Amino acid sequence: MAFKQITSPHAHAAQNTTKVMQLLLWATVPGLAALTIQFGWGSLINIVLAVVTSVICEAAIIKLRKRPVAFYLRDYSAAVTAVLLGLALPPLAPWWVVVVGSMFSIVIAKQLYGGLGYNPFNPAMVGYVVLLISFPIQMTTWITPLALLPEGVSHPGIVESLGIVFAGYSPADGVTGATPLDSFKHSSGLVVDQIYQNDPLFSQAAFAGVGWEWVNLGFLAGGIVLLATRIFTWHGPVAMLAAIALMSIIFWDGGSSESPGSPLMHLFSGASMMGAFFILTDPVSSAVSNRGRLVYGALIGVLVYIIRAWGNYPDAVAFAVLLANFAAPFIDNYTLPRTYGHTDRRRATEKEEDA
Amino acid sequence: MTKTWVTPGGVHPPENKHQSLTLPIGALPIPEKLLVPLSQHIGAPANTCVKVGQKVLKGQKIADATGSVSVPMHAPTSGTISAIEDRPIAHSSGMSAPCIEITSDGKDNWIDHEGIADFEHSSPQILTKIIADAGIAGMGGAGFPSAIKLSPGHQRPIDTLIINATECEPYITADDSAIRERAAEIIEGIGILSHILGNPSNILIGIEDNKPEAIAALQPHVADSGISVVSFPTKYPSGGEKQLIFILTGKELPSGTLPAEAGMVCINIGTTYAIKRAVVNGEPLISRVTTMTGNACGINRNYETLIGTPVSHMLAHSEFNEAACSRLVMGGPMMGFSLTSADVPVVKTTNCILAPSYSEIPDDEPAQPCIRCGMCAEACPASLLPQQLFWYSQAEDHDRLEAHNLFDCIECGACSYVCPSNIPLVQHYRHSKGEILKAREEKVKSDHARERFEFHQQRMEQAEKDKEAKRAARREAAEKAKASTAAATGAGSAADIITAAQARAAAKKVSPEQQQAKFERSIAGAEMRVQMATEKLAEAAADQTDEQKNILTAALNGAKQKLEQAQTRLADHIEQHKELDSEQVK
Repeated sequence: MAFKQITSPHAHAAQNTTKVMQLLLWATVPGLAALTIQFGWGSLINIVLAVVTSVICEAAIIKLRKRPVAFYLRDYSAAVTAVLLGLALPPLAPWWVVVVGSMFSIVIAKQLYGGLGYNPFNPAMVGYVVLLISFPIQMTTWITPLALLPEGVSHPGIVESLGIVFAGYSPADGVTGATPLDSFKHSSGLVVDQIYQNDPLFSQAAFAGVGWEWVNLGFLAGGIVLLATRIFTWHGPVAMLAAIALMSIIFWDGGSSESPGSPLMHLFSGASMMGAFFILTDPVSSAVSNRGRLVYGALIGVLVYIIRAWGNYPDAVAFAVLLANFAAPFIDNYTLPRTYGHTDRRRATEKEEDA
Repeated sequence: MTKTWVTPGGVHPPENKHQSLTLPIGALPIPEKLLVPLSQHIGAPANTCVKVGQKVLKGQKIADATGSVSVPMHAPTSGTISAIEDRPIAHSSGMSAPCIEITSDGKDNWIDHEGIADFEHSSPQILTKIIADAGIAGMGGAGFPSAIKLSPGHQRPIDTLIINATECEPYITADDSAIRERAAEIIEGIGILSHILGNPSNILIGIEDNKPEAIAALQPHVADSGISVVSFPTKYPSGGEKQLIFILTGKELPSGTLPAEAGMVCINIGTTYAIKRAVVNGEPLISRVTTMTGNACGINRNYETLIGTPVSHMLAHSEFNEAACSRLVMGGPMMGFSLTSADVPVVKTTNCILAPSYSEIPDDEPAQPCIRCGMCAEACPASLLPQQLFWYSQAEDHDRLEAHNLFDCIECGACSYVCPSNIPLVQHYRHSKGEILKAREEKVKSDHARERFEFHQQRMEQAEKDKEAKRAARREAAEKAKASTAAATGAGSAADIITAAQARAAAKKVSPEQQQAKFERSIAGAEMRVQMATEKLAEAAADQTDEQKNILTAALNGAKQKLEQAQTRLADHIEQHKELDSEQVK
């Protein structure tokens, strides 16, 4: 009788990377649904376009690297990157914007660094920032939320949307407009109360900004599902949201004309919730330990607020995440947990420093 | 309810314990041949004290302990020693090691043995010696000689005795079933331990709450005994010594220290039963409860198994279906190691033989890339960062590995268990630990060599300096002499110089007598070497291999040759001088 020599442990939990990625995709559904209800078919078209482009690019590069294509595609990581990019891009953006962004995400930001697990930067955010810097007009044209569409105007249907995306047709008047963060930023000279009374984006909102508050609630719901299923720990998301809240309380300035906005607006506008639960939780490019992820999340929260309040861009999650990606290995060196039987936490670099 | 503490991390694999608990502990027929490895414990292998062909009785000592950290071995049944040689043993590497094979005579005749009924009246030293002589080593898995844990001379008195009845590995029920059936004897064993350790104030039996029957079996025996049965929520790996100590006492064992340094002794509950049998019944450790389980076997149950029983013998009596078996594991599914052959024997640490089907434990999936998801860190009971250890292990960055406390990893396998990318993390850590230990050893060696080299360099330099000084002195003396001769003769002639040189050469030349003495000395030396080599060869003839004998024979021949050479040279020398002398006489 001869048996296989196999290393322990022999038992294995039912979890695998494919399931993790699939669960992540499912968790984006509430956010995507909110985006589609509030802004029309654009996000869905973005996602389909991005997924197709990303999977083709991923397969091509893996083939080029002489790796088993089917094995690597099965991990769904390209699809996750594509979906996150598709969700982040403005609905009804021209097709080439989505394609260029997806290609950049997969080929440059992910595969050139070695593929899944080896990319130092969040691929979706690299793609997003490249697009934002290269095509500012296309990237800042947003759709008017459902509640604020002019009388008799509705979001373009699926066929019309495809025409806008692929053939460059112009959407009807009133279909495009500013985002709450954008609008708030450009309402300088007004105190916060005045903005909230005059700007329909705020005056007709339940608590943050019309349309966007629902999108953020959708991503929050998806994030809570992921937390409950222990796909990631609470440390990163909570630290980021807490940092944004804290910063906006500190600099609230009583709602003066100089105020960068209320905590509720910052938490439930733009990409705050999507960033907290779907972007900074990308484990590959984040800090690794729980303490590290607290620092990493807080850093992103602070950077998001700083750029929103005093920077040139109305939203800042992509920039903040990429900047924190740079810092992640550094954070890792100083945030080791205390191991059983040790009185102190150690530094990852202590041996090199002592030498 | 006694207070317990909660360890970080941990996992909850399916327990799969019920399968082997439907039947009571059974007995297997005595196998035709038993194979007792000489090393079944931590420490030096035992030293055979029987010869091939010798008849032995059950319980008779067949190998002595060697050194302080070692245990003796005893014959598990009566019969004849049929071989003493290297055989494959149960080891994760599949290696071979020295074993004693006993061919059973089927009579199972005991050697005369007698225990001590009233151990309270015996001194701890005597009881510890009995435990040492009975060959008892920790039966929970590590196999550390029990007598050493109990020996006096601890840095501080032992105030806590922890009995490990956790049995946190899935599938294994050896301790569970032993407690259910032998609670009274186990408690008696704990009483012996308590007596040896000077009655520690805390005696705690730590047991997971998935064994209510075992807890109930212990309760009636511990009443008024000062022993507490402490149950706590089931979580793997609560049975690790460090984990259990924390769960029961809230104290962490400082890294790299032993429980005794913290005033604690931790003993597996199966070992306490063996200790009772040794002290009260006078029986050495020759059998243990082993779980035979897994879907590839029709019968899942615990057996009182003789040490040395081939695993194949257990399988043969358990309706084993080889085709259905995905792998054969000694130990549990988390820390057990796979066996490549079923011919290996059950040893003192074998608590389980697991023969799972393919649906139970399928073949491993290929590993996917690590995405640093951190599930491993959430599962780690030692609060390590397994994902970082994995990356640094791949990069062979030893400094980082040590800074990340690699050596605090207990290899429980919780990280690999949860890894969604199927990465064999523990295997990477084992490899890196080995590499680091090797590097440390090499560093010690190279440091030693460097020191020796530096000392040599220094010595050579000093010698050179001394020579230089001598030369300088001679030069000075020669110059002085020259000056004085010049002063005396006015001018030195060429003839004078030649004469002086000849005189110096003559002085340097060794006299024939000296030369002869030198030759005689070298002959004496060579004779001694020949004699030594001959002795060595004679000694070796008894118990060494042909290869070693060949080496010794070659050495002897070499020495003989040198002796002959020296003798020839002396003979030549004497001959020469005789001629010279006779010429001079003429």
